[in-house]
Amino acid sequence: MISTTTLFGLSSVILVGLGLFGLIVNPQPLRKILAFNLLGSGVFLLFGVIARRGAGAGLNSDPVPQALVITGLVVAFAATALAVALLLRLFQETGQAITLDTEDPSIHAPARSNDP
Amino acid sequence: MMQDPSNLLVLALVLPVAGLLLALVVGGRYAGRIALWLMPVGLAIAVMLVVSVIRADDALVYDLGGWMPPLGVALRADGLSAIFILTTVAVIGATGIFARTEFRTLPGQPETRTSLTFWALLLALWGALNLVFLSNDLFSLFVALELLTFSAIPLVCLDGRAGTLAAGLRYLLFALFGSVLYLLGAVLLYGAYGTLDIGLLSGLVRPEPVAWGAAALMTVGLMAKTALFPLHFWLPPAHAGAPAAASAVLSALVIKASLFLIVRLWFDAMPALMNPTAAQVLATLGAAAILFGSVLALRQARLKLLIAYSTVAQIGYLFLIFPLIVRPESGSFAAADLYTELAATVVSTSAWSGGVLQAVSHAFAKAAMFMAAGLIAQSLGHDRIADLSSIGRALPITVLAFALAGMSLMGLPPSGGFAAKWLLLTATIETGQWWWALVILGGGLLTGGYLFRILAPALFGSRQSVTLRAPVARYREVVVLALALCSVLLGFVRLGAFDLVQIGRLAKAGMGLP
Amino acid sequence: MTLALAVDIGLTLLVLAVACWTLAVRDTFTSVIGFVAYGLLLALIWVRLAAPDVALTEAAMGSGLTGLLLLGAAARLQNAKNISAPPGLALRWVAGVLCALVSAGLAAMVLLLPDPAPTLAPAVVAHLPATGLGNPVTGVLLAYRAIDTLLEAVVLLPALLGVWSLAADRDWGGAPRLRYHRPDGALTLLAQVLPPFGIIVGIYLCWNGADQPGGAFQGGAVLAAMWALILTAGLAEAPPVSRRWLRWLLVAGSAVFLVIGLAGIGFADAFLAYPAGYAKPLILTIELVLTLSIAVALGLLIAGPPTRTPS
Repeated sequence: MISTTTLFGLSSVILVGLGLFGLIVNPQPLRKILAFNLLGSGVFLLFGVIARRGAGAGLNSDPVPQALVITGLVVAFAATALAVALLLRLFQETGQAITLDTEDPSIHAPARSNDP
Repeated sequence: MMQDPSNLLVLALVLPVAGLLLALVVGGRYAGRIALWLMPVGLAIAVMLVVSVIRADDALVYDLGGWMPPLGVALRADGLSAIFILTTVAVIGATGIFARTEFRTLPGQPETRTSLTFWALLLALWGALNLVFLSNDLFSLFVALELLTFSAIPLVCLDGRAGTLAAGLRYLLFALFGSVLYLLGAVLLYGAYGTLDIGLLSGLVRPEPVAWGAAALMTVGLMAKTALFPLHFWLPPAHAGAPAAASAVLSALVIKASLFLIVRLWFDAMPALMNPTAAQVLATLGAAAILFGSVLALRQARLKLLIAYSTVAQIGYLFLIFPLIVRPESGSFAAADLYTELAATVVSTSAWSGGVLQAVSHAFAKAAMFMAAGLIAQSLGHDRIADLSSIGRALPITVLAFALAGMSLMGLPPSGGFAAKWLLLTATIETGQWWWALVILGGGLLTGGYLFRILAPALFGSRQSVTLRAPVARYREVVVLALALCSVLLGFVRLGAFDLVQIGRLAKAGMGLP
Repeated sequence: MTLALAVDIGLTLLVLAVACWTLAVRDTFTSVIGFVAYGLLLALIWVRLAAPDVALTEAAMGSGLTGLLLLGAAARLQNAKNISAPPGLALRWVAGVLCALVSAGLAAMVLLLPDPAPTLAPAVVAHLPATGLGNPVTGVLLAYRAIDTLLEAVVLLPALLGVWSLAADRDWGGAPRLRYHRPDGALTLLAQVLPPFGIIVGIYLCWNGADQPGGAFQGGAVLAAMWALILTAGLAEAPPVSRRWLRWLLVAGSAVFLVIGLAGIGFADAFLAYPAGYAKPLILTIELVLTLSIAVALGLLIAGPPTRTPS
């Protein structure tokens, strides 16, 4: 029968594939951000499987990957926060529409001066 | 303590980070001053680092916390790191002087948004870059890449327009895509070999499926961050939308960091995987980048966008070095095994040196170009190429700097760009890969084409007088000229000095050269 | 088939189903709720993988804080019309095939991973007594790979500054305001009842992290979640971003860490090394201050850019 680690390992790569698909295909930026989080969690899960396989010396799981995943989770949250803030500000500036289309003519307008 | 030169590695890392923390606390009013005071200190550290590496004739290593890899994380400075650290501090220092008055809190006024943001993030960028060049651990490098991304993106959308916000968000999504793929590769490497230290990995990695997969994932991720064709779409709007000082740092340094990591991965972490086919693929993408970037640059109506597309093209040159360094198939052009061995090593050296020289001279030239474009835009109120006629009369120093930088990009003698391309051409001939020589020469012609579009009317335009909307401070023009001159003077560096780039290379075994 | 395996299989199928549903469902708000559920299920998987520290962090940060952030964004974007054209069928198929190939390749690599797996567990355990810690993950985070944790605390600062810089020039110096929630009874009640417990749990997680599962990140995340809850319910205002004491709070964790690390050069022969016998008290000090800084930074990341307009 399949082992726990192989089971979770295979599911982590499926999550990576799903997240990657969502990131590439979905046009809405917020859904892309969601998909990125899915993708990241898949990668972390794979790391966790590797940690579990590295059980030894009285520990049930290799502590080094665990620590790295914790660090990675914090970094991923910070990235999501920055992306969401950018998105919300873009929505605020452009009103109804949200687009990542940088051929938008507004990008070619001269910069506003830095008013105090 | 000071007897041990490896302490310099810690200093190079700690200085910008401490500056960032201090800048946040004291606020935007003094943040610029803190940054500017730290730059000469950083320069001294970088110079001492280069001297120490040359003297030791080997890489400097520092085990953080006293813990040795694989349990701990080590910092490592070889010749390549030292050169890039020096280039970084030089360009950032010039940027600091250039932008001194641009992002400033006026005395008596409360802190402004841009003053704190620009200076604090410039310090953070500096710290992140140093970490990329010094860290010898794949996960620390991941954190460094994230620090780099978080510091660069707010600079792109500093002016708050919808266009730059969209460009920043797109940049962020591409950068995160790249980071995640890189992390996935690192995870696989740990799963297969139990360590993330580059030095240890170089001895452990074997050509097996897991290693191949990890290498492919990490390379693709880093390609996205370096904006190599076809993952380059995010770069032009982002670099063109940022303020000129930020664009200079972004195009000159931030792009090079992920490229540096690709080189580290291939030649230091996984040398056993060096594969001529993969190298040809990378170089083909590089050639495509040169072609597409240059053609699109020719079609641009705005100066900053043209320079940004030029960055896309110039990055392509740096990927041409891969097939020139990786050992060609034995027996392809030589009779005796000894000759093959020797010819391959000579080729490796000149291609390696050419690549480093290209990266460094491009850094100086591109920084100078973006800053010059910034001055032109500020003084004219616009940066439409069609209306740049005779600007050389009004801003002679700026346009001269732009021309010198352009000379280096085109590869005209006696600039650094010329010396770099000469080395690369030598390498292509000696490996018998003449088609890359055609690409290099063709790229030079195209570069000349789009630069001529700007320089010809600027220098030889027929307009009698040009009215400037705003005056341009003389010292800013001088800074830009200094950067451009650095790019040109690199061409005069003696060939013997290129031993520095070889110091500490892990894959040197069997090369037999000093 | 043992019970444990049956549970694992069930958990896996559930997680994959929720993930697919999250990607496929049309309404973004519902999708985010699915994501929060996904995060909690993932935390269960982490427990099954014998990684309680990660499970705590995933639940608090990956599911809780990220969920709060995305829910707020989804609520504010509900009226936005997205004008980018959805990708054509051809692109979907190509992307689908590509991702399937990537997954298949990764699956092959997972099955090819070496057995017995290389591991650093013995090295961690061997050196743990020198640090005086009982939790090996804390040992890795604050002793062996302290640089990663230091950088991690530093990384939050540019991200926060980036979020702040998105304010308009005139709004600088104002306070962030989570304006998109109308204060309603249930949320207000939750924000009044939960935080005292949450704060105790957060402090306990941080303090205990030296020897039991827990630590600065987990404690910080829980505290941040409580603060975000209070802010969202409108029970308190976030401080203005230009306040000096706020900046000190944000910087304190990294600064203390950096200073102790530099002191290590003099007292313990290396940057980020601890002098023998003093490791545990120094680590606890760092963890305490770090928890505070991380909590403030995470909470402010959710709060968003400053604004001066009255709500």
